[in-house]
Amino acid sequence: MGFFLETLIGGLMTGMLYSLVALGFVLIFKASGVFNFAQGAMVLFAALAMARFAEWAPKLLGTDSKLVANLVGFLAAMAVMIAVAWLIERFVLGKLVNQEGITLLMATLGITYFLDGFGQTLFGSDIYKIDVGLPKDPIFLFESLFQGGVLVSQEDLAAALIAATLVGALSLFFQKTATGRALRAVADDHQAAQSIGIPLSRIWVIVWSVAGFVALVAGIIWGSKLGVQFSLSLVALKALPVVILGGLTSVPGAIIGGLIIGVGEKLSEVYIGPMLGGGIEIWFAYVLALVFLLVRPQGLFGEKIIDRV
Amino acid sequence: MLYRENGQFKTSYRADQQIFPILQDRLAIGLLLAFAAFVVPFVAPEYLFRAILIPFLIMSLAALGLNILVGYCGQISLGTGAFMAVGAYAAYNFSVRIEGMPLIASLLLGGVCATGVGVLFGIPSLRIKGLYLAVATLAAQFFVDWAFLRIKWFTNDSSSGSVSVAGLNVLGLPIETPVQKYLLCLAFLVVFGVLAKNLVRSNIGREWMAMRDMDVAAAVIGIRPVYAKLTAFAVSSFIVGVAGALWGFVHLGSWEPAAFNLNRSFDLLFMVIIGGLGSIMGSFFGAAFIIILPIVLDNLTVALGFDTALASHLTFMVFGALIVFFLIVEPHGLARLWSIGKEKLRLWPFPH
Repeated sequence: MGFFLETLIGGLMTGMLYSLVALGFVLIFKASGVFNFAQGAMVLFAALAMARFAEWAPKLLGTDSKLVANLVGFLAAMAVMIAVAWLIERFVLGKLVNQEGITLLMATLGITYFLDGFGQTLFGSDIYKIDVGLPKDPIFLFESLFQGGVLVSQEDLAAALIAATLVGALSLFFQKTATGRALRAVADDHQAAQSIGIPLSRIWVIVWSVAGFVALVAGIIWGSKLGVQFSLSLVALKALPVVILGGLTSVPGAIIGGLIIGVGEKLSEVYIGPMLGGGIEIWFAYVLALVFLLVRPQGLFGEKIIDRV
Repeated sequence: MLYRENGQFKTSYRADQQIFPILQDRLAIGLLLAFAAFVVPFVAPEYLFRAILIPFLIMSLAALGLNILVGYCGQISLGTGAFMAVGAYAAYNFSVRIEGMPLIASLLLGGVCATGVGVLFGIPSLRIKGLYLAVATLAAQFFVDWAFLRIKWFTNDSSSGSVSVAGLNVLGLPIETPVQKYLLCLAFLVVFGVLAKNLVRSNIGREWMAMRDMDVAAAVIGIRPVYAKLTAFAVSSFIVGVAGALWGFVHLGSWEPAAFNLNRSFDLLFMVIIGGLGSIMGSFFGAAFIIILPIVLDNLTVALGFDTALASHLTFMVFGALIVFFLIVEPHGLARLWSIGKEKLRLWPFPH
C-alpha cells in the first residue's frame, strides 16, 4: 500500500509538471487557434537563456549572490521570451492570418526547429545547471500509517506548489483583468474582437509572452530536475497527449489531463510494464489519448466544436 | 520558342489525357530517365551514390507516399517513420523466416504489412481531424518505436533491436554495389511514381482531393468519407512501407528502430511541405532539397571554419526558417515555382 501511494504521488507530481507545459499549449490555442508545437522548443529556449544568464550575471555585475544571479537570469530570460513572442507575431503569425489550422501547425513546427537551433547556437549545447534553491532531499510522509512511510521528493512537491500557484495566477489574470477579458474575447471570435477595437497583433504578442513565461517556469523546474539540455524540448511531446486528453481549450483540462497522464504513466509502468517488457511510458500517454479521442473527440473539458464527417 | 504547345493538336481523348501533354515534356522526361538509367551508373563516383542518389530515390518514394496522405487527402500525419519501420521490419521477417523468399516479394509484403498498420492508425481519422489527428498519429510513432525495441519476435531475437540483411539479389542478379542498389531503387521509384500519378488523376484521387478541400461538401455529393480516408491511408502507408523496406535493406543494410524515429517523420513532412503539398513532382523536389541541404550546409560551415556542432544547429535553423518561409510565401512549394517557370517558358519570348 505504501509503495502504491508512493507511485501515485510520484505520478501526480510528474503530472503537475506535464500540466505546466500543457498550459502553454492551451493558452495559445485559446487565444489564437494555433496549435503551438513549438511549446517544447520554447521551454528549452527559456531554460537555456535562464541558465546562461544566471551564469553570466555574477561576472558582469561583480556580485556572487545566487539570488541576484537567478533574479537577473530570470528577468533577462523573460525579456528574451517577450522578444521571441514579438518576433513570432511579426514574422510568422501576422503573415499567416486566416490560414488553416494545419498550416499554422506546420509553421510552429518550423518555429520549433528554428528555436532549437537558434537557442543552442546562442547559448551553447552543453548540459547546464539551473539552481534556484529547490530543496533536493526526499521526505517521508505517513510514517505512522505505513511501514517505512511514503517517500516524497521535496523538489517535486515544491514544483507542484509553484505550478499550482501559476495556474491560480493565470486564472485570475484571465478572469479579472481587462487584458484577460480581451484575450477571452479574441479567443471567442477574432473578427468580432477586432471590430470593437481590440488590437489582434498586440493580443497575440501578449499571449505568446504569457506562454513564454509559462515555458520559462516549466523550463526552470524541469531544468533544475534534469539539467538543461536538448532532451528538455522532448518534454513537450509528453504534454501533447495531455492537452488532447484534457481538451484543447480548457485550462482545468490541462491540469486534470496532466495528472491523469502522470499517474497513469507511472502506475502502468510499475504494474503493467513488467508484463510487456517495460518502457511503456513512451507510448502509454499517446495510446491513452488516442483511445479517449475515439470515445470523446473533444477531450474531457473541451468545447464540442469539432466538425467531423 | 523551344517550349510551347503550338501546333500540337490532340485528336483523341487518349492524347488529351496524357500525363505529359506537351511533346517537349515527354522528350525531357524520357531523356532524364535514360540519363539516370544509362549514363549516371557509369560516370557518378561511389560517394555520390551512397550519400545522395540512393537516399534521394528512397526518400522521394516515401515523400510520394506521404504526399498522397497529407497533400492529396489532407490528413496530416506525424507517424510516417513508424510506417517505414513497419515496412522494413516486416520485410526483414519475411526474408528471414521464409526460405528462398525473393527480395522484391519481401519488400512488397513489407509494404502490405505497413498498409495494415497504416489503416489501423488511420481509423481515428474517421472521428477526428486536423490537429487532433496529427497528435493521434504520433501514437503510431511512439508505439512502433517501442514495439521494435522491446518485442523480440519482430527482430528475430536480436537483443538491441538491430537487424541486418546480406546477399540481396533479384532474379539471381546480385544487389551489392552502389550502382546495382541505385538501379533497383530507380526502378521502384519509376514504377511507383507512375502508379501514384495515375492514382491521383483517377476517380479515387479526386475523391481524396474533395475530402481534403471540404469534407462536408464531399460527403454531400456522395463521396464516402470512410472509404476515401482509409484508402488514402492504405495507399500512402503501402508506398511508405516499401520505401522503409528499401531504406533498411538497400541503403542501410543493417538498422535499428532509431533509423525510423520521429525525426525521420518530421523530415518527410518537411519534404512534402517544401516540395509542394498535393504534387507528385513536389515529392521529388522536396526529397532532393532536404537530402542535399544538410550536406551543403555542412560543407559550407566547415569551409568557413565553423565547428560541426554549429553546422548542425545552423541546419536546424535553416530548416525551420525555410518551412516558415515556404508556408508564407509559396504554400505550394518548389513544385509551384517549377510550374510557374514552365508557364513563363510557354510564352517566352512574348509577354502574352
